[in-house]
Amino acid sequence: MNSPRFQVGSATRLSRGAWAAGAALLVALVLAPWWAEDSDLRSIAEFAYLVAIAQMWNLLAGYGGLISVGQHAFIGIGGYVLLILSLNAGISPFLCVPIAGVVSALVAIPVAGVVFRLRGPYFAIGTWAVADIFRLILDDIPAIGGGSGKSLTSALMAIPGWEREATTYWIALGLGFGLTLGVYLLLRSRLGLALTAIRDGVPASESLGVMVGRVKLLVFVASAGGLGLAGALIYLTKLRISPDSAFSVDWTVLMIFIVVIGGIGTIEGPIVGTAVFFLMRGLLADYGPWYLVVLGSVAILVMFKARGGLWGWVASRFDLHLFPTRRRIRIEGPQPITATTPAAQSPAAER
Amino acid sequence: MSFFDLVDPILQGLLLGGLYALFAIGLSLTFGIMRMVNIAHGDIIILAAYVTLVVVNQFGIYPLAAVAVVIPVLALFGYLLQRVLLNPVLGDDILPPLLVTFGLSVIIQNLLLVVFSADSMGVHAGAIQTASISLGGGLAVGWLPLVIFIVAVLVITSLELLFAHTKLGRAFRATSDDQTMAQLMGINNRHLYAVATALAFGVTAIAGVFLAVRTTFVPTLGPSKLLVAFEVVIIGGMGSLWGTLAGAMLVGIAQAIGFRYDSGSGILAGHLVFLAVLLLRPQGLIARTRDL
Repeated sequence: MNSPRFQVGSATRLSRGAWAAGAALLVALVLAPWWAEDSDLRSIAEFAYLVAIAQMWNLLAGYGGLISVGQHAFIGIGGYVLLILSLNAGISPFLCVPIAGVVSALVAIPVAGVVFRLRGPYFAIGTWAVADIFRLILDDIPAIGGGSGKSLTSALMAIPGWEREATTYWIALGLGFGLTLGVYLLLRSRLGLALTAIRDGVPASESLGVMVGRVKLLVFVASAGGLGLAGALIYLTKLRISPDSAFSVDWTVLMIFIVVIGGIGTIEGPIVGTAVFFLMRGLLADYGPWYLVVLGSVAILVMFKARGGLWGWVASRFDLHLFPTRRRIRIEGPQPITATTPAAQSPAAER
Repeated sequence: MSFFDLVDPILQGLLLGGLYALFAIGLSLTFGIMRMVNIAHGDIIILAAYVTLVVVNQFGIYPLAAVAVVIPVLALFGYLLQRVLLNPVLGDDILPPLLVTFGLSVIIQNLLLVVFSADSMGVHAGAIQTASISLGGGLAVGWLPLVIFIVAVLVITSLELLFAHTKLGRAFRATSDDQTMAQLMGINNRHLYAVATALAFGVTAIAGVFLAVRTTFVPTLGPSKLLVAFEVVIIGGMGSLWGTLAGAMLVGIAQAIGFRYDSGSGILAGHLVFLAVLLLRPQGLIARTRDL
C-alpha cells in the first residue's frame, strides 16, 4: 500500500495555542472575585455580556443571513422574566437566568411565524415593530411597574453582598465564554454545514436536502434564547428595569456596531468589536453623545473599506483563525500528493 | 356608545392618516425604485422638523411657508447622501445599505442631541394650530389635519402623474422593473437613484414641516416615526401609493380609537393592525404586481 495517509481537521497550531490561552484566561477570570476590585468585576461582566449578545446577533445575521434590528425584544423578555419570576413568584434570581433563556426561545417561535413573512430589509424592521409591541404591552401592566418599571433589589436582598456580586459575575462570564463556544460548536455541527450551504446558494442547498426554513427558524430561536439569558443577567447587574430601557433599540445598536466593526461572520469578531467599543467609550467618555456618532461613523467606514471588519481583515491578511470552522487537509507520510489521488479532489481539500 | 364616540375617532383617524401617508411615501419610494430600505427614514423626518425650527427662528417666516426652504435643503441632502454614501454599497448583499442607514440613524439622532439638546421643541404657526370647522353633532375637524390630508392626496396624485407621464417617471419604472436592462437602455443609475432619494427626502421634508407645526418633538423620536411609516407601507401593499394612503388611514383610525383609552394603547392598536394584516393579508391592502 502506497497511498498517502492524510487527516482532515480544522485545528491549526495557532488555534490550539489560542485555546490554551483562552482556557488559562478563563481560570484567571473565574478566580477574579478573590483578586479583583468590585469595579473591575463589573467591567469584566459588562465585557462578557456584550460579547454574548454580539455573538447572538452575529449568529443570526453573520451566519444565518437574518439581519434584524429588533433583537432587543429578547433582551427585554429576558429582563422581564427575571423581574416577574424573582419578585412575583419568589424564584431565586440566579435560577431565573436559564428560565429566561427558555422562555425567550419559546416566545421566538410565534414571533418568527409573523416576521418570517417579511423578506430582507423589511424583516429587519419587522422585528423592531415586534419589540415595540412588547414594550407597549408591558407599559400597560401596573402589577410589574408599568411604564416606570421596578427595582429588583428586594429580590436580591436576602443574598449576602459578596455572594451576590460574585455569582452575578460568574454568570456573566459563563455567558460570554459559553455562548461563544456554543456558536462555535453549532457551526461545526451539521447545522453549521447547512448554514454555509444556504449562504452559498439557497436553491442549491435546498436541492441537497437542506430545509432552509427550518434551519433559519432554528437559528432565530437559538439567538433569541441566548439573548434571553443575557437579558436576565444584564438586569441582574443593573438591579432596575423599565420597558423603555429593557426594550431599547440601544441594545441592538451595540450588538450591530460591535459585530460589524469586529468582523461579521467570524467568531473572533464580536470579541474584537467589544474591545474596540470599550476603548472608544473610554476615550470619548467626556464627550456625551459623540461616542455614538463616532461608533456609527466607524461602522459605516467598515462597510466601505473592509466589509469583514477588523478581524476579517486580519484573518484574510495573515490567515489567522482562532476558531477554525473550515476543514483543512493534512498529509502525513512521505508521498507527495498527486492530482490523481482521490483525496486531492475531495470537497474537503477545496475548502 | 354614542354616535359621536363612534364617528369622531374614525374621522380624526382618517385625517391623521394624511400625516402618516406623508411619513410613509419616502420609504415606499426608495424601496420601490431601488429596493433599498432607509432605516434613518424616521430620523430624516425629525431632521426636517429641526430644519423647519431653524428656518422659522432665523428668518421669522410663517412655519408652513418654510416648506419652500426645507424641501430643497432635504432634497439636496438626499441627493448627496445617495451619491456619496448609499450608491457605493448597493448590491446583492442587503447588509451594507441597511447598516449604513442604521449608522446614519444613530449619527443623526446624536448630532441633533448635541446641537439642540434633549428638550422638546415646537414651532408656533398661529391660529391654524387650533382652529376647526364644526360639522354639527359635536363633531369638528381641525384645519391643520385637514390641510395635511389634502396635501397628502395632492402629493400622491402628483407622484402618480410623474410616474405615468414623464420621462423621469418612465426611467423610475424601468429601473424598478429591471435594473440591469434599464442600464443597458442608457439610464444612468447612480444619478437616477440620487434623484429618487432627493424626491423621497423632499416628500419627507413636507412631513417634517407638518410634524413640527402639529406637535412638539425631540431628537430621539425618529425610530417611532420609522415604525409608523414602515407599518403603513406594509399594510398598504408595496409599490402602491394609494395603498399607502389607505394603510395610513387604517393605522390612523386604529390609533385614534386606541388613544381614547390612553396614549400607549393608541400606538399599540396601530401595531396590532400591522400584525393582523401581516397574518391575514401579507401582500397588503392594495397589492400591485408592478412595484410603482
